[in-house]
Amino acid sequence: MGKLDFTRNETLVALIILAFCGLAAISDPGFLSMPTLTDLLRGGIVLGIFAVGALLVLISGGIDVSFTAVAAFTMYTTAMMLNTWAPGLPWGAAFGIAMAVGASLGAINGILIAGFGLPTLIVTLGTLSIFRGFMLTFIGSKQITTLPEGMREFGRMMMIRGANPDGSFYSLPFAFAITVMVVVITWAILHRTMLGRAIFAIGGSEESARRIGVNVPAVQFVVYVYVGALAGLAGIIHASMARVANPFDLVGLELSVIAAVVLGGARLAGGYGSLTGALLGVALIVLVRNSLVVLGIPNTWQSVAIGVLILIGTGLPAWQAKRAAARAG
Amino acid sequence: MAQSRVTTLLAAPEARLAVIAIVVFCGMAILSPDRFLSMQNMTSMAFQFPEFAILALAMTLTMLTGGIDLSVVGIANLSAIIAASILTRFAGSGAEGADALSWLAVSMAAALAVGVVAGLFNGILIAVLGLPAILATLGSGLIFTGFAVALTGGSAVMGFPAAVAWLGNGLVFGVPVPLTLFALLAAGLSYVLTRTGFGLKVQMFGANPLAARFAAMNVTSLLIRVYVVSGVLAAIAGMVVMSRANSAKADYGSSYLLLAVLIAVLGGVNPYGGYGRVIGVVLAVLSMQFLSSGLNMLQVSNFSRELIWGVLLILVMIVNTRGSFRLRARKAPSPKPSSL
Repeated sequence: MGKLDFTRNETLVALIILAFCGLAAISDPGFLSMPTLTDLLRGGIVLGIFAVGALLVLISGGIDVSFTAVAAFTMYTTAMMLNTWAPGLPWGAAFGIAMAVGASLGAINGILIAGFGLPTLIVTLGTLSIFRGFMLTFIGSKQITTLPEGMREFGRMMMIRGANPDGSFYSLPFAFAITVMVVVITWAILHRTMLGRAIFAIGGSEESARRIGVNVPAVQFVVYVYVGALAGLAGIIHASMARVANPFDLVGLELSVIAAVVLGGARLAGGYGSLTGALLGVALIVLVRNSLVVLGIPNTWQSVAIGVLILIGTGLPAWQAKRAAARAG
Repeated sequence: MAQSRVTTLLAAPEARLAVIAIVVFCGMAILSPDRFLSMQNMTSMAFQFPEFAILALAMTLTMLTGGIDLSVVGIANLSAIIAASILTRFAGSGAEGADALSWLAVSMAAALAVGVVAGLFNGILIAVLGLPAILATLGSGLIFTGFAVALTGGSAVMGFPAAVAWLGNGLVFGVPVPLTLFALLAAGLSYVLTRTGFGLKVQMFGANPLAARFAAMNVTSLLIRVYVVSGVLAAIAGMVVMSRANSAKADYGSSYLLLAVLIAVLGGVNPYGGYGRVIGVVLAVLSMQFLSSGLNMLQVSNFSRELIWGVLLILVMIVNTRGSFRLRARKAPSPKPSSL
């Protein structure tokens, strides 16, 4: 067993999570229980898929703030289309449609970024407004409370179900398995395919990638389409689990998700980032959201806590890098 | 000859923006002449835009250095809440005359102090600790908003002396006070950026941080000053919002953050730093306000504004990329959002 590497964000975040759980367990022995764990995992389902997408974009050297709007747009239009034309469609097909809708929105980002060469932050800032504005203006702004049968059925599917000694219930939705699948597939793309190597290469240095023969626009386009599809998937899962499609949901989460991914060690400069780190970052943010109260800190301090975590998580490595650079002269 | 002069003139993003602003204004005036051109609409527009326009000025300044300040809304709300708490605790809604005015002065000083401290915090994170601006201000913005929530429990602070309303709703010689304030701040910022050593250094640092460092520029102090000014501008915007809303709350103006970024970029400010003019930002603000007021008159849904803003932003970016940005992009290959 090697020494712990404290310059790695993953180690830092994992230690903070352990410390948090340790303190929580001391102040409330009931903290270490199945319900806490299932709550944590359930909170991570949608955020986890978002984080995987945000990570992919960050590795490729871009930044995407539109994915929450893609998710909201997709879940709302898919629910509406199914209700109108095919209320009885099984959930698998519904999810396929959602991913297709998300992918086509992602393709719009892809064309603007890869085709026109516009800065990613500006493009996705613009498409965030466009997708959201289009949905609320032309498709609808009232929430859909009667979801199509397929989505309702998916929302009822559970992986684990159990009862506590005190009689309350806990459960883990089947959707968690989809998040795991997304993570595995993305891991395989990043680390077992040429496409993955190309994504890292572009993030590291776009010019170098071009010179070794990477088709930079094509790879960027694929990244944004894939991320769009993931956002669509996250959106429909969110609606199925919440049992309502509220067009005002999700948008506003984008910066927290990016923060979680960066907390886990992805660099805004691109070319660096890990799925483990991104998921640890999500876990930490969900933990703070769900369980700050257990440590005796009122919930109103939640966003202060998350802000401090972001500054520590990104500040320590930045500070270390700066000191190392100064030492090297 | 005339042809080429027009082309050179239109090469500047500001000139294109002026055209956009005029076209939007005329378009709205033609579509809804009696309502859009009414005095009532003109004054209501003049009261509406200064608060987010001031935030856009703060965003412009930080973007010029290649940074960004995502904490402006957090700073604005926190300083407004501090000022509001002072006003409600010590002056109360019944206060009048000299008593009310002196407490108003105290509360404004406190708000500006909050802006300075918050800006100093951002500046230290970015210049001394070396955090990327986008992350530093994202984190600090959450902290400022978090303090605002924790101090108020999330509810609005209200009950001010009547004098407070002057800043947001008053008229001086028939001109709305917030508009005057914005004009003064914009002119001031423009002067600082074009006529002072500080402004020159800001633009030079934004154009090439490494060269600025090698030119023995004190980069740390420069960046800290930039974020302090940005914090102060945000605090002023917070006071205007507080006065107009006659209350202060932790989640006021949350949509202003992206709007401020959007206006700055629309105004021709290069998000990678080094280029940007205040006149461009002013024109962008005016276009946005004409557009949203005009659409309001035409009974278009509120949500479609967002759609149109987004479309406008991307169209302007496409046009700009074919002009000035392309030159810069060639000089500095593969610019990264890391510099944001």
